[in-house]
Amino acid sequence: MAYTSNGATIEADEEGYLINITEWDEGLADQIAKDEGITMSPEHWEVVNFLREYYSEYQIAPAVRVLTKAIAKKMGPDKGNNKYLYELFPYGPGKQACKIAGLPKPTGCV
Amino acid sequence: MAAPFDTPVLGDVTERGIPALKAGAMAGSKPYVAAAAHQEPLGFPGVLEDGWEKKAIGHMGELLGKYRSLQVFMDICVKCGACTDKCHFFLGTSDPKNMPVARADLFRSVYRRYFTAAGKLAPGLVGAREMNKETLDEWFNYFHQCSQCRRCSVFCPYGIDTAEISMAARDIMDAIGQGQKYCNEIIGKVHRIGNNLGLPPPALLDTLEGLEEDMEADTGVAVKMPIDVHGAEVLLVTPSADFFAEPHVLGLIGYAKVFHAAGTSWTLSTKASEAGNFGMFIGNYEQMRKISLRIREAALELGVKRIIFGECGHAWRVAYSFLNTLAGPWDFLDPRYPVPQHILEFTNDLISRKGIKLDKSGNDGMVLTVHDSCNVARGARMGDKPGGQFTIPRDVIRASVPKFVDMHPDTICDKTFCCGGGGGLLTDELIELRVKGSVPRMEALKAVVEQDGVTHMAAMCAICKAQFTKILPYFGHDREMVVSVHQLVSNAIVLGDND
Repeated sequence: MAYTSNGATIEADEEGYLINITEWDEGLADQIAKDEGITMSPEHWEVVNFLREYYSEYQIAPAVRVLTKAIAKKMGPDKGNNKYLYELFPYGPGKQACKIAGLPKPTGCV
Repeated sequence: MAAPFDTPVLGDVTERGIPALKAGAMAGSKPYVAAAAHQEPLGFPGVLEDGWEKKAIGHMGELLGKYRSLQVFMDICVKCGACTDKCHFFLGTSDPKNMPVARADLFRSVYRRYFTAAGKLAPGLVGAREMNKETLDEWFNYFHQCSQCRRCSVFCPYGIDTAEISMAARDIMDAIGQGQKYCNEIIGKVHRIGNNLGLPPPALLDTLEGLEEDMEADTGVAVKMPIDVHGAEVLLVTPSADFFAEPHVLGLIGYAKVFHAAGTSWTLSTKASEAGNFGMFIGNYEQMRKISLRIREAALELGVKRIIFGECGHAWRVAYSFLNTLAGPWDFLDPRYPVPQHILEFTNDLISRKGIKLDKSGNDGMVLTVHDSCNVARGARMGDKPGGQFTIPRDVIRASVPKFVDMHPDTICDKTFCCGGGGGLLTDELIELRVKGSVPRMEALKAVVEQDGVTHMAAMCAICKAQFTKILPYFGHDREMVVSVHQLVSNAIVLGDND
């Protein structure tokens, strides 16, 4: 499949994960989120931005626990838990948030 | 994204009948085909090329010559029907092609056409079938609706192992350029990065450091997560999901606390940062061997004396049943210990000789049941007594929690049902199959929840844990209802300084 953003065609795999992660921008993130039935709020952006920062350092999305700890630090301890992240990203913070952040899907037994 | 579907209504586990057939119900269920980028690094053709039909039959001939079991399974079925209602995917989908005998016949009909006299002379009379695109598509769909759990083989009077037939079919499909994306992408990552997740060493180190901080904050004790430590006694090989996902990571924390409390020096390895071996799911011996050899290399480089595997079902089958052939001999390890050992065996041994202390109040309010993982239950053993793979996990759980109950006897131990996500099917595009395939397990779980007040189900396999986390909410349960066995140990263990 593919997205259209600012007149350009952006290639994605069968599930909507970007083929070339450098083609990501915030407008595209809004569009991917919409396809997933999510309206991006500042809280969603906190998560997405953290995923992107972590990815640029480690070439992989953070483990669930690393993410919840980071969110607790940024948004308060009541939000640093799995339940809150599932409220933001009902299909699972790992996969759905990665897709919106333009990152590859985590693979394996997860 | 998969199309919407209705979550099945659960029946009564004590009155399970044969469902009314719905022919073609799952004819459209299939995983993504692997792209050339995921095929070629494994040495498989990128796409179907001209002449693939002949190549498929050639490869089938090779496998029949190499594996006598496969040849026997082709010839020996008498269509008695004992297997028909034993597969969770048939019970959950009602598709008659998910009866084990029908699945095996997809392979068998092609075998007959090219390898038997009757099938060559009068194919129409003996149900023999050409290998063509239509056949291949049906193979691809239905051999990816088998989780290779081997429950059917327990009931087959001839011991026909459908898992082995599925593996052979997938191996043939890989060899002609029609592989499955999920498995082959993952195997590529193991070779390139070291584990199924694609977790590079710096990320792994960062994750482990974070876990050490968490454990110290929780317990006041500096429990370590050592990695690449030369001269450690034990090399722990565990699924990479243990570093990444919930509840897997809580199990990893449990292993670390057990090693700490027992005073055993141990290490993880960046090279062997994955216990899983998807080479088995795709039925490819070479891949299985290559993936296994990483463990040997890591053990030699680090100079360890023992190898222990973390909670991973199919990894334990490969480890227990095949590791010696694939990557042995292991004569450089300490001969006083089994090669390899399971972490549950290690922990249970410590519990029984009071090498660690457990306080059940750490799991107050929890009522546990256990899901036997198919590859542990039917593909391996544990400890030195027959049936150890059933008693050891239960002994560890009982020692850690206030109350434990088993599910219906038709759904546990060697008759356990697959979680619905095993055998390389734990991928989002198969979610309908996974939900429907979990029905027999969900029915048994529902019964103990209602009768015995079960609050949690322990699992000892990374796939089972991920699958249940995903599908439990479909049936009205909390996703955190599934727990790692060592998560329970972790909650109960008394660490020295806390005594």
